[in-house]
Amino acid sequence: MERPLTRHIVTGSPPLNLKDYRKSGGYEGTIRVLKEMSPADVTSLVKASNLLGRGGAGFPTGVKWSLVPMDAGSPKPKYLVCNADEMEPGTFKDRYLLEGNPHQLIDGMIISAYAIQAEKAYIFLRWAYKKAEAGLRKALEEAYASGFLGKNILGSGFTLDISIHVSAGRYICGEETALLNSLEGKRAIPRSKPPFPAISGLFGKPTVVNNVETLCWISHLVVNGAEWFKGLSLTGTGGTKLYGVSGKVKNPGIWELPLGTTVHELIEEHAGGMSDGYRFRGALPGGASTDFLVEEHLDVKMDFSTVAAAGSRLGTGTMIILDDKTCPVAFLHNIEKFFALESCGWCTPCREGLPWVEKILDSIERGTGKMEYLDVLKFQTRYMGPGNTFCAHAPGAAEPLQSGLKYFKDDFVKHIHDKKCPWR
Amino acid sequence: MLTEEEINEIEVEIRQYPYPKVACIDALKIVQQHRGWVSDDSVKDIARYLEMSNEEVDGVATFYSRIYRKPVGRNVILICDGISCMIMGYESLYEYISQKLGVRFGETTSDGLFTLLPISCLGDCDHAPAMMINNDHFNQLTIEKIDNLLGNYK
Repeated sequence: MERPLTRHIVTGSPPLNLKDYRKSGGYEGTIRVLKEMSPADVTSLVKASNLLGRGGAGFPTGVKWSLVPMDAGSPKPKYLVCNADEMEPGTFKDRYLLEGNPHQLIDGMIISAYAIQAEKAYIFLRWAYKKAEAGLRKALEEAYASGFLGKNILGSGFTLDISIHVSAGRYICGEETALLNSLEGKRAIPRSKPPFPAISGLFGKPTVVNNVETLCWISHLVVNGAEWFKGLSLTGTGGTKLYGVSGKVKNPGIWELPLGTTVHELIEEHAGGMSDGYRFRGALPGGASTDFLVEEHLDVKMDFSTVAAAGSRLGTGTMIILDDKTCPVAFLHNIEKFFALESCGWCTPCREGLPWVEKILDSIERGTGKMEYLDVLKFQTRYMGPGNTFCAHAPGAAEPLQSGLKYFKDDFVKHIHDKKCPWR
Repeated sequence: MLTEEEINEIEVEIRQYPYPKVACIDALKIVQQHRGWVSDDSVKDIARYLEMSNEEVDGVATFYSRIYRKPVGRNVILICDGISCMIMGYESLYEYISQKLGVRFGETTSDGLFTLLPISCLGDCDHAPAMMINNDHFNQLTIEKIDNLLGNYK
């Protein structure tokens, strides 16, 4: 089984320096692209691979790039931004790639910037990722010193600068247009779309924002081709995926596996099954903003379309397990409190709806809930749902709540009838 | 008043961007790095330097979790209250630290040594529970581990 993204990551060891990364075949993609390929060739290749964005939304990367104006008169400069602001609760995959192999990301960013002819790129990095920051700074220094970054890279005439912006900390910065406002030094409030960032992004110029895991694929696609990439998955969507499992399992962790690995295989084979004395009740398959999957979904393949067909989303591919000794109401209260605190406050359903939801869940958990509260919660999941807000923050927060109300209704009712939490 | 050192550091950031006010977040971080937090006077100083209104700078400063608009202790303990850390028992660790230091979330010990704050998911869920002290990251926390750790921060 191939593990292109994590092959050279050894837990506990420092990441490959530039020399060793080159020995492992690194920067071959960059060299090939700058010597032999046109920007349009690169975009066509990524389009042909059908690489779907790994940040959570699953938008086709090549299509995103192809929206950038490429004619001679197109606005300049253009920008590439790497979204490394990983903050989705339960998600720890980009940290692994950033700490484990920073040159792989830089390699992918050079090629991606070339494809859209961006001469400036930013890595928007989470404040808390100190180890990743140190590794990236060292790798960038090495890349500049070896001529992979800066003016006229390897004599190709292509110029690229990469800077790191360390975020001042806010979940909403992960939303791509909020991220752009934050990079401009403003409050991170999502922008109304259209125009999309590809047309008018950072400082009003054409901009592409891609996730860390997405960008890490690009050099491998150039070296191995689109057909190879498609062959890596079990479902034909293409590629492997970094999957994680956290919660009460014997061996929580992160693994690079073919896209389409089942929920059951992840929990039982890789995470070692539930911890002794704990029973599986459900899982959020791709971070806190995805709908619950339950026992009947264990055979679901963790692919974008199959998880969607099961009523949830692949999201970030890092699963949070709900066990029988954790109260589902407290579980949801924790999540909704997070979303309420992290709402940027720009639009009403999110700013008003989330604190309301949080208060109701707190009340039910404390034993002061009423049956009619359940209707309010249900109403809120629609009120905060898609189409009513600027961005996906509130709709994302509605996902675990709406499915939690469906699958764990008896637990909500028991809290209200007994006037206390059965788990406390 | 911004110090010469602060101004020099802010200038380095300004040079990266098309116009000065883009460096607003960087300037707030620089001032905080030197003074521990961002006071009302610092907000005004930054505003004047970047040709912004005081309100605009404060709007940015109060938006971000890692900009402190109140004084903090010499060390800031950030306990991850994310869902995976909740499942793995951060609440009992918080109660332990809180009792040991005599402060709740948002408070600073009377000797000014520690401020205790929650932080959302630290992205170390497979080694939960996790926390940070200043820039140092710790995981798979237990009460014994915490006892040993806190002594290292003076």
